[in-house]
Amino acid sequence: MTISYYPGCTLKHKARNLEDAALASAAALGIEMTELERWNCCGAVYSLADDDLIHQVAPVRDLIRAREAGSDKVVTLCSMCYNTLARANNLMRDDEEKRNTLNTFMDEEPDYAGEVEVVHFLSLLKDELGWDGLADRVEVSLDGLKVAPYYGCTLTRPYEVSIDEQPERPSILREFLTALGAEPISYEEAMTCCGSYQMLTHTEAALSSTQKILAAARDAGADAMALSCPLCEYNVGTRQRDLVEADDAWDELPTLYFTQLLAIALGLGDEVCRTELNQLAARTLLADRNLVAQAG
Amino acid sequence: MAETQENVKPEVELIPIYVMGKKYMVPEELTIMSAMEHVGYQFIRGCGCRMGVCGACGTVYRKPGDYKIRVGLACQTVVEPDMYLTQLPFFPANRADWKLEDMDGKTEHELAEEVWAAYPELFRCVACNACTKICPNEVETMDYIALIKRGAIEEAAEVSFECIQCGLCTSRCMGELPQYHIAQMVRRLVGSKVLPRAQHNRDQVAFISEGRYTELMDKLETMAKDAWVELYKERQWEPGAETDEWRPESKKGLLDY
Repeated sequence: MTISYYPGCTLKHKARNLEDAALASAAALGIEMTELERWNCCGAVYSLADDDLIHQVAPVRDLIRAREAGSDKVVTLCSMCYNTLARANNLMRDDEEKRNTLNTFMDEEPDYAGEVEVVHFLSLLKDELGWDGLADRVEVSLDGLKVAPYYGCTLTRPYEVSIDEQPERPSILREFLTALGAEPISYEEAMTCCGSYQMLTHTEAALSSTQKILAAARDAGADAMALSCPLCEYNVGTRQRDLVEADDAWDELPTLYFTQLLAIALGLGDEVCRTELNQLAARTLLADRNLVAQAG
Repeated sequence: MAETQENVKPEVELIPIYVMGKKYMVPEELTIMSAMEHVGYQFIRGCGCRMGVCGACGTVYRKPGDYKIRVGLACQTVVEPDMYLTQLPFFPANRADWKLEDMDGKTEHELAEEVWAAYPELFRCVACNACTKICPNEVETMDYIALIKRGAIEEAAEVSFECIQCGLCTSRCMGELPQYHIAQMVRRLVGSKVLPRAQHNRDQVAFISEGRYTELMDKLETMAKDAWVELYKERQWEPGAETDEWRPESKKGLLDY
């Protein structure tokens, strides 16, 4: 199948490992993800202010681009892009007054009323292949790898855009990891906020959140954490160095994008996983388990 | 009837235009720039090449009963009846200081980060598209800003290539971005640090340095005026780009490729 793909800015720069692993995996699974020819930043955060319509212009424009490409569906990899686009789409579909205001403002674009469906790559895998279908395609089982699924906020909240039918007790990442042969672990903090942008302005508060999340996963026996959001990855992955610096005894937990685990399981090797963009602990773990050739 | 025939000047229709709110009757076939000069304006700024290239004469106008802002270069746009116009030859825009020599050895992504650091206001863009809508050169301004935000500066250099630096985009931007200065930084970085250097250009510079043309130049400089006027008249024209077959009759002084 062919599907329109909205990457998002971070995937073109800091999070190439999220994108490259996904595109190669999708191709191997017979899903051709065609990047939109023109797209802009989705806005990254859905604006909650009821009268702040200017911040809906960016995501709506991207949805219009998807429809221009002849698509009735657009797939995303980044949780935040997914959340922002899906909620903007709901707004255009359901709120006639705001839809009219936005369509009038964007007088150079065709009118839009939420015709395109926004889907996350995890949902696409589930719907197109099914978990059994995915398991059949696994070349390198992640057998013995204990992985903590981490949802953060934006995959399941609010309810209207949740990629899981049970937003308060999601299982989609657990099912995905099981299909790859990994052992998903259960822990309490899988949906706790990583601190988001507060990492830059209220670092201590954000670090206390990531510490709680990572410690809970470690205590439950996790070897690694799987996630789908570049901002979560920055906070619990890259910025784990702050926790290491503050505490010699801190046992660093490797964090990986779910797409990297997918690519490894499909036998796509090191090149598309771009593990040089992950923290050293992640590369070391994968090398120790013979899942990639060597630690960089 | 007889009077009309005796009139040697062709009939010129006069139409009303409003320059900064004041009404003038001007000949209908004039450009905005010529019309303004016709009614007495004298340009010492906001007027450059008069050929639609330099970007000095960006002009905004409206027509009666229409909310749309329209835009054109004063030297290229022909007046229309009842247009309300003003020239915006200059708009104050932030231009960051940076040094080309500090950019050596950087990757495309690292260069993009330098652009972000020089112009952090980039991330105030909300994709309203007012910049693209006002561009008199039909540059996809918002698209190149989006490309720069995601680090794709090589593509941004191409998309912004037709920019003539008029600054009208900046005048409309709610995020206060100086789009044209940002794009210029990007093109300079891409041109000097990303794109491969042309070998024939390096060879030519080397040949010049070695004195390949010194003798010819000395001869020209000492030649009597009549002689080089004659040479100029006899020079061979290179035809348009449509033919690859053309070769000059003499290759004296040319590199042999």
